[in-house]
Amino acid sequence: MFKRNLTAAAVALAFPGAAFAQDADLSKVREEMKQMKGDYEQRIQALENRAKAVESGAGKSESAFNPAVSLILQGTYATTKEDPNTYQITGFVPSGGEVGPPKRSFDLGESELVLSASVDPYFRGHLVAALTPENEVEVEEAYFQTLALGKGFTLKGGRFLSGIGYQNEIHQHAWDFQDAPLPYKAFLGGRLNQDGLQLRWVAPTPFFLEFGAEASSGEQFPGTDRNKNGVNGGSAFAHLGGDIGPSYAWRAGVSYLRTTAENRVYDDVDSTGGAVTNSFTGTAKMWIADAILKWAPGGNAARTNFKLQGEYFQFKQDGTLTYDDSGGNAVFGTVTGPFNTDQSGWYAQGVWQFMPRWRVGYRYDQLSDGTVSNGIVSSGLGPVAADFPVLGNHSPSRNTAMIDWSPSEFSRLRVQYAADKSRMGVTDNQIIVQYILSLGAHGAHKF
Amino acid sequence: MTRLRIVLAAAVLIVAAPAAAALGIFACEPEWGALARELAGDRASIYVATTALQDPHRIEARPSLIARARSADLIVCTGADLEVGWLPLVLTQSGNARIQVGQPGYFEAARHLALIEVPARLDRSLGDVHPAGNPHVHLDPRNIGKVAEALSSRLAALDAANAGYYRERSKQFLVRWQEAIARWEMQGAALKDLPVVVYHRDLSYFINWLKLREAGALEPKPGIPPGAGHLGELLAQLKRQPAKAVVRAAYNDPRPAEWLSERAKIPVVTVAYTVGGTEQATDLFGLFDDTLARLLAVAR
Repeated sequence: MFKRNLTAAAVALAFPGAAFAQDADLSKVREEMKQMKGDYEQRIQALENRAKAVESGAGKSESAFNPAVSLILQGTYATTKEDPNTYQITGFVPSGGEVGPPKRSFDLGESELVLSASVDPYFRGHLVAALTPENEVEVEEAYFQTLALGKGFTLKGGRFLSGIGYQNEIHQHAWDFQDAPLPYKAFLGGRLNQDGLQLRWVAPTPFFLEFGAEASSGEQFPGTDRNKNGVNGGSAFAHLGGDIGPSYAWRAGVSYLRTTAENRVYDDVDSTGGAVTNSFTGTAKMWIADAILKWAPGGNAARTNFKLQGEYFQFKQDGTLTYDDSGGNAVFGTVTGPFNTDQSGWYAQGVWQFMPRWRVGYRYDQLSDGTVSNGIVSSGLGPVAADFPVLGNHSPSRNTAMIDWSPSEFSRLRVQYAADKSRMGVTDNQIIVQYILSLGAHGAHKF
Repeated sequence: MTRLRIVLAAAVLIVAAPAAAALGIFACEPEWGALARELAGDRASIYVATTALQDPHRIEARPSLIARARSADLIVCTGADLEVGWLPLVLTQSGNARIQVGQPGYFEAARHLALIEVPARLDRSLGDVHPAGNPHVHLDPRNIGKVAEALSSRLAALDAANAGYYRERSKQFLVRWQEAIARWEMQGAALKDLPVVVYHRDLSYFINWLKLREAGALEPKPGIPPGAGHLGELLAQLKRQPAKAVVRAAYNDPRPAEWLSERAKIPVVTVAYTVGGTEQATDLFGLFDDTLARLLAVAR
């Protein structure tokens, strides 16, 4: 009010005549101003309409059909007591995957390029290509998914992360630790992605009940490519889940996997250090039980939340093993005998967001080497237990702790420490610093 | 054999019963659940996926949501990317063809509205910007009216047997709603130019409607949690240009608002944001009555 009076006074001083202007003049000025105001309003309206037209027109260009694109950038800096190149999980047939800790010093992780869009009203397409630090491109996932089957059915085909277990379907950049739990490393080579078909059915129940079955080429560990017609690997899973009040959500499941391996090769050394190639032919069967419980006060995860997750694996292989040292000392040449394993493993982890942006987590994982009956050794065909050092009697375990900081939803920095007893008789202390950035389209994350 | 038949019959009943009873509506947010209740009355069974105490940007595709979406006839959401973090997964995993994007069972409120704060530049250095514009559309009651018209014709199209019922209810609702808007605008005139600090850009439509003045935001950028540095700057700014209140939605972290309130000596007003956010906001009318009452209390 005071300001307005001041302005009026200033105007009066600047234009002494104005203060004495006649009523007729005043009303004329008012009329002009009113006209100007109306004029501007009309112009603004016209501009707004034009803006709207431009907006709605933008959606009509060809590029509007481009798939949603997102890019994940990640990398690590690692310090490890033991040489990551000689990493092994003693007591277990090597799974062939890249399961060791990251390279020492700086190491670029896999950069993931994700493209996804609706194909038409019936299908959705999805591609995840990983650009590896070795300058290769790997197709991690490339699948179609039906949209229109209805009645709770969804069919997926192509290459996809299998629905077995809990963590298997979670992309690496969404993991709560830098690496996979030990049973995933030992029994699935980190994770199972396979070429095949997956059918899922969600039951029409108020709680979550889902069944799924997969048929695949069975090429991934524990299977191998067999150059054979038909289905070479299969799996089935069931999930049950729901909410407990507004603050808790959970899911539990069981999964079964059966696949066949033909000449699945792994390298070892004999008791004198000579190179040996072992190859397994036979069937592999796996049971997994998984559970996850998430807590957020009132269901609002923005400030604090807690996540408890665990899985148990039972893994059996039945077949024959062929020992071949012809590439090394050539003492026994090629020896074949029956080979059976019955092993298990589990992990449990908890991750707590104690304030916005900050989370801490702890994981314990353990493997039990169970029974490994090696017919070559027991029937005295030549090679002895010492010629199979990878299969030494050892039950690995590991303690992992991590803290991560997420400046926004799209970036995360993590420090992870692990005391890793994967190798017999050694504790590998690993410190890993990791960054994960996600650019582009806002992807939805799985529960 | 007879026992098996009884079991089978029971199973069929359990499975078929909810579908036969009423139109199954899955509402992504409480405001659309409340609107569907106004428009469909007892002809629909409505499941509301989220509560007013949950940050709408931080919802997860929980198993329970997939289960509910599985059997829904109609999904009513905000759109404009508000549900981008969870809804696409719920839709594809539900195996429900009727509620997929583009189907009659998929309803997006934002499609029927002109959005404000459409970013001129799309760059995440500006925070978690929504390309289509600000998606928190329901706090302008005139938007609710527009969505009500569109939603009621969708209900009539999906459930033709009750089309007349929906039309009648919608007509009655809109009459009451227009009266209420006139009342709120009269009361709200006292809020004109009221300078307020907000938490996130989730009250923009309300501010825009009653011409309040946004004097600052606790979040430095959309989706970036308030930090000490930014709050300090905001406090300094408020010393030069004082605001009347810090307004936060019920789901926002109370601490940054309290921190600022204490130092800037201005009250915190906790508004419902949506139906269920406060005890008084039991329906859409209550939501606006209560929000206005709380703001008018500090405007005086």
